[in-house]
Amino acid sequence: MESFFTEPRLHIVAGKGGVGKTTLTAALAMSAAARGLNVLVLEIEGRSELPALFGQPPLGFKEVTLVEGKTGDMGTIRARSLSAHAALVEYLHDHGLRRLARTMIDTGVVEVISRGAPGMKDILVLGKVKQLERARVADVLLVDAPASGHAITFLRSPQGLLDAVRLGPINHQARDVLQLLTDGRRCQVLLATLPEETPVNELVETAFSLEEDVGVKLGPVLVNGRYPTLELPPPELVGRLTADEPQGAQLAEAAAFRRHRAALQSCQIDRLRKLLPLPQLTTSFRFTPALQAEDLAILASELERGIDALPEPARRRG
Amino acid sequence: MIDEGTPLNSLSRIIEQSRVVVCAGSGGVGKTTIAAALAAEGARRSRRAVVVTIDPARRLADALGLGSLTNEPRPIDGEWGPGGSLHALMLDSRSTFDELVGRYAADESQRQRILGNRFYRNISNALSGTQEYMAAEKLYALHESDEFDLIVVDTPPSRNALDVLDAPNQLARLLDHRVYRVLTAPGRGMSRVVNRAAQTVVRAAARVVGAEVIDDAVAFFAAFEGMEQGFRERSQRVQTLLGSGAASFVLVASPRLDTVQEALHFAQRLDEQGLEVRALVVNRMHPVFPGASAEEARERAAGAGGRATPAGALWTNLADFRSVAEREGESVRTLADRVAPAPVVRVPLLDDDVHDLEGLAVVAGHLFGRVPGS
Repeated sequence: MESFFTEPRLHIVAGKGGVGKTTLTAALAMSAAARGLNVLVLEIEGRSELPALFGQPPLGFKEVTLVEGKTGDMGTIRARSLSAHAALVEYLHDHGLRRLARTMIDTGVVEVISRGAPGMKDILVLGKVKQLERARVADVLLVDAPASGHAITFLRSPQGLLDAVRLGPINHQARDVLQLLTDGRRCQVLLATLPEETPVNELVETAFSLEEDVGVKLGPVLVNGRYPTLELPPPELVGRLTADEPQGAQLAEAAAFRRHRAALQSCQIDRLRKLLPLPQLTTSFRFTPALQAEDLAILASELERGIDALPEPARRRG
Repeated sequence: MIDEGTPLNSLSRIIEQSRVVVCAGSGGVGKTTIAAALAAEGARRSRRAVVVTIDPARRLADALGLGSLTNEPRPIDGEWGPGGSLHALMLDSRSTFDELVGRYAADESQRQRILGNRFYRNISNALSGTQEYMAAEKLYALHESDEFDLIVVDTPPSRNALDVLDAPNQLARLLDHRVYRVLTAPGRGMSRVVNRAAQTVVRAAARVVGAEVIDDAVAFFAAFEGMEQGFRERSQRVQTLLGSGAASFVLVASPRLDTVQEALHFAQRLDEQGLEVRALVVNRMHPVFPGASAEEARERAAGAGGRATPAGALWTNLADFRSVAEREGESVRTLADRVAPAPVVRVPLLDDDVHDLEGLAVVAGHLFGRVPGS
């Protein structure tokens, strides 16, 4: 379990919008912290629901503690947001261009750079991730990546920049980032999906594209939102049980609906398994009015069970 | 025929009377499908409709005849109303940008210089910004062509999707930027002092990103010389069209909390632009199973011996779905309040994803109230 989170230490959680990527990131952080590991969550787009899941205000560029750890028992969960702009200013400062940083921003040169060489913003953010990974700021780094279509562009940016910028510090930066992304001992990508047709298709496409074009190591697939098992009586018994009940029709319809949806979900999970030979970690759909701390704890323990059940090589290497 | 009173008829009115319909919403809510269903409904009502999709799921793309990438409208056969037709196209930002350059270039050699420039290839391939801009550009080109009287646009699945509204301005602004003036006109009548300061900045930038990027940028803006005016005027016309009564914005959301937040953000953006949401579509709703509250159902489950007994399991299950219905109901209320008085249309969670015209017809049935119980 521990080695899943620490070898490699950097996990990039990616997936299409609406699959619960941020919730999964939070649950992963919880399960790593439950093993006594200190976790740093990095949010890229800057306005996710992550802090709200821990009852905290939106994140800034400064680190905040989401969960306070207890020595030897529970690790600490910290989080911060990364922005290209702040990363660039920091970069300029670190490279002896402190004075010019302001002028470059004011005159719009920064804007020129980020537009003219697309991927520049992404590389600045990834460069910051790399720096944090190198500095060993936490036992585990979790990156809540941008939504799917953009995730590919995001992770491809170093390669693109190497082609566009052949010299200078940005070239070095891109080279270092690419090295990190393609080193399975340092970094893995966890793709998230729902057990539904289109999300499964898109996940498979993203997986192949990331493996072939970027050469990243893919960890287990996160399948979110599966209806939890409920032992419903067989249809013929449902009829008898609900015969004299004023709400019998609703009971019967709801039971039929659950059975039907659960079967569809199983089909999609099997299809995903056939299309993509990666282990799966499944988390359940929460039938609660609003996602609360208890739900997060349940998702975290589901992930833990799934990680413990991973085949040995995946557990050890990934 | 047109009844202003009920919500469903309002969506009907949008389809029958708008020239442009922009579907806005975050990724994963089925926006492309809703856009296609709206366009198909338009065709059924005898309009010459075209749907501009960004990145349809493959099987929907196949169903729409977009199996191979195409930036030109393709006709789709179906049972449309008299005089009605449906076309679809998948936006290709790059070709759209190339076409635009072709339109405003003074001559073939200017066009070639721009198309061959590396900086241009970079910005025209970049996903963020350009795609939004090109969606607006394509929309305007279709509007101008007069081949269609209903243009439904599916916006890019990014948080910045509504840059569609502002994107045309952005390029004009980019071209207008004083840095570019500095880059492209170092010796042209500017004060030497300003020039020297600017050159220092440019040199510093070159140190960071490499001189090649800066050289490419200079060549690019030199090549664009004289074209800014055309771009600016066009961007103005796109803005005017989107802000006119002929354009309708339809907000698409799902009842999931994260997409509700995104939808609220989109509503806010539209407000800021002085544009109103004409309708809200909430897609992928769970069924409601009306009756007992979730809490009552939980109590009945406990009374029946809990989830391990057959009757307890049935009540637990009902309680589960009542909880979801309550949660989703709350989400819809939040959104509905935000966009009031725009009508709210609910589309249920369907068994399969839509990948043919029949599937689209089912979605349209829900959108336009032709499905019993919807």
